[in-house]
Amino acid sequence: MPKRDLISIEDLSKADVELILDTAESFLPVLERDIKKVPTLRGRTIINLFWEASTRTSSSFDLAAKRLSADTLALKASGSAVEKGETLKDTAITLSAYSPDIIVMRHPSAGACQTLSANTQASVINAGDGKHQHPTQCLLDLFSMRQNLGRDLAGLRVFIIGDILHSRVARSDIMGFQMLGMEVTLVAPPTLMPRGIEEMGVKVEHDLANLKDADVIYLLRIQKERIKAGANFLPSLREYSALYGISQARLRPGQRVMHPGPINRGVEIASDIADDDENLIAHQVFSGLAVRMAILYRTIVGYSDGAASGEVA
Amino acid sequence: MERTWSKGGPAADLLIKGGRVVDPEAGLDTVQDVLVTKGKVAKMGKDLKPGKSTRVVDARDMLVLPGFVDLHVHLRTPGREDEEDIATGSRAAAAGGYVAIFAMANTDPVVDTATILKGLAETARAEAAIPVGFFAAVTRGLAGEQLTEMGELGAAGAVGFSDDGRPLATAALTRRALQYVKVSGRFVAIHAQDDSLFKGGQMHEGPVSARLGLTGIPSLCESLDVSRTLDIAAYEDAAVHFCHVSTAASLAAIARAKAAGVRVTAEVTPHHLTLNDRAIAALDPNFKMNPPLRSESDRTALVAALKSGLLDCVATDHAPHASEEKDVPFEEAPFGCIGLETAFSVLYADLVESKALDLGTLVTRMSTAPARIAGLPAPSVSPGAVANLCVVDPKAKWTVSAAGLRSRSCNSPWLGHELTARVKLTLAAGRVAWEDLA
Repeated sequence: MPKRDLISIEDLSKADVELILDTAESFLPVLERDIKKVPTLRGRTIINLFWEASTRTSSSFDLAAKRLSADTLALKASGSAVEKGETLKDTAITLSAYSPDIIVMRHPSAGACQTLSANTQASVINAGDGKHQHPTQCLLDLFSMRQNLGRDLAGLRVFIIGDILHSRVARSDIMGFQMLGMEVTLVAPPTLMPRGIEEMGVKVEHDLANLKDADVIYLLRIQKERIKAGANFLPSLREYSALYGISQARLRPGQRVMHPGPINRGVEIASDIADDDENLIAHQVFSGLAVRMAILYRTIVGYSDGAASGEVA
Repeated sequence: MERTWSKGGPAADLLIKGGRVVDPEAGLDTVQDVLVTKGKVAKMGKDLKPGKSTRVVDARDMLVLPGFVDLHVHLRTPGREDEEDIATGSRAAAAGGYVAIFAMANTDPVVDTATILKGLAETARAEAAIPVGFFAAVTRGLAGEQLTEMGELGAAGAVGFSDDGRPLATAALTRRALQYVKVSGRFVAIHAQDDSLFKGGQMHEGPVSARLGLTGIPSLCESLDVSRTLDIAAYEDAAVHFCHVSTAASLAAIARAKAAGVRVTAEVTPHHLTLNDRAIAALDPNFKMNPPLRSESDRTALVAALKSGLLDCVATDHAPHASEEKDVPFEEAPFGCIGLETAFSVLYADLVESKALDLGTLVTRMSTAPARIAGLPAPSVSPGAVANLCVVDPKAKWTVSAAGLRSRSCNSPWLGHELTARVKLTLAAGRVAWEDLA
């Protein structure tokens, strides 16, 4: 069986996505047991390479691998040979000597997963590369939507609001949401909207006038760097919050808010939403574990069979 | 005055039989024999007889063309001979049908004094398979602050002046360069780029960069500098040459300036004529160059401009990079690709075979026009001319591979691809510079 990478959400068909979501669902009972571990990937080796800061993604991948009984190895850029100038190619060759089954990687540069994949027999799972892709975030977002909004997501209208220009989450989500039949509208000031993004089949807006049309409001973090002197993406966080920040006052009943985290209270999201049980933000974090278990499992076992809960649990 | 140098060798004595000789300057497109004696085209016609010691080259079904001239290559000498040097770069050029090439000055050290230039000329005289010439920098150390001694550099044989790799950052510097270059009798070649719009750029800004999440290099980044430079050239009545034009907006500015009588010439690369930004989807660093591969509408505008002559010539911007520099994530890779050995093949297949351009026009843009800009006699396949020609098998298939390239580097966007048309023989300055005859 040729190795299967997950670098872009586009590496998956709609059927693959649905299979991952079904598999994740089948893992949920495992996570509720006293002994939260299955022997499914015993003897398999999974390496987590995080060249960039991460809390949610790195911890959930690590725990997901452990729940499946795989041997795991976690490496960070600091304290590794990267600090001594080793290239990614050489890191890949070095780690491949351990014959890992999967290497999960977060990296600041787009294209890093391709470089890694070309130099290892392991399957590569992208945990975020530059501003390019973050496919596992997209899959957990879809899982949270399916668990909370119903199995058929087709026709749902999603507004993604925030720094689209710098967001790998936005790019994966646009593709994944559309794959399952959702309509996507992007909202951002023109300085944070990539030129030509309309070609992805999304609506592009620069204000919240049509927010009432949204079923799901997906907020993106606004980084403080965007207001640094000379950057000129935004004049101030205050103005961003006034124009684009989401508070209860701007919502109509039934609209659900999502956010990949970490949130900036008072900037893109008001505390009255962040603390509200109706939002899906905590569920997204919860989904991360089951979905990443499913991704690891499918990457090793394959996408072809319909192996369901009976086999894995 | 010498502007190119190459190592010596025996003058060629060859009878090239039965090829289709295409020399648009001489008004030629006929099947005939070409007899080369003592390095010169002695006779042309049907059924020529070889002398006793004359080697015969069977050129049936092949093209016999004036050799190509490249105004824009990087030979990485001095400083990065691990990537290319004058011997390997000139041999790659010969294998691509070139009979003269001109290296840019962004080496380490920079070619900014006559002493360095004379040293390079000496090296070329010892190593170069075909005539090689050199640009000198516009500013010392390419630092954009102090002009080089253009008078002395011109006298030492610099073909022109360029800070290629970097733009001339201010209008004031551009103006002074265009004024002062007149003391040398040469021209300035401009790498047009507004650095404030370039910052952090990875690829052409548009739908593809939006989708891939790579920082865009807007077409405006080039066309703004082209427009500004043309205004200065008009004001100073100065000649100016644009390197690697890549956008339709730049073409519009050049067309306006040419119509107004500004003395402007411009080049375009084979990759900008045949590839667009969609080729970057797989994030292969061999497709990362500056200027970046542009949109399909830019590409078609470039082809039309090459056909009309708005773009005067093809130049490869041959930019070798070591594999350890290119075998890194796309966003970390340096800009540039090699092009000398693939230029004619890709242009012949993609433009001539597809009827976008006739062969004669392509030959003019690769040979006569760049030679004139460089101040060289135009290569010609006609009796009495020094043999500067190449023989091409237009049907030959070949696959671009690291091992098969004469260049010391292999960062080609066509690496691993099968190409059509192959240069089989190159005569440069009357000598056999390359042969790949069965």
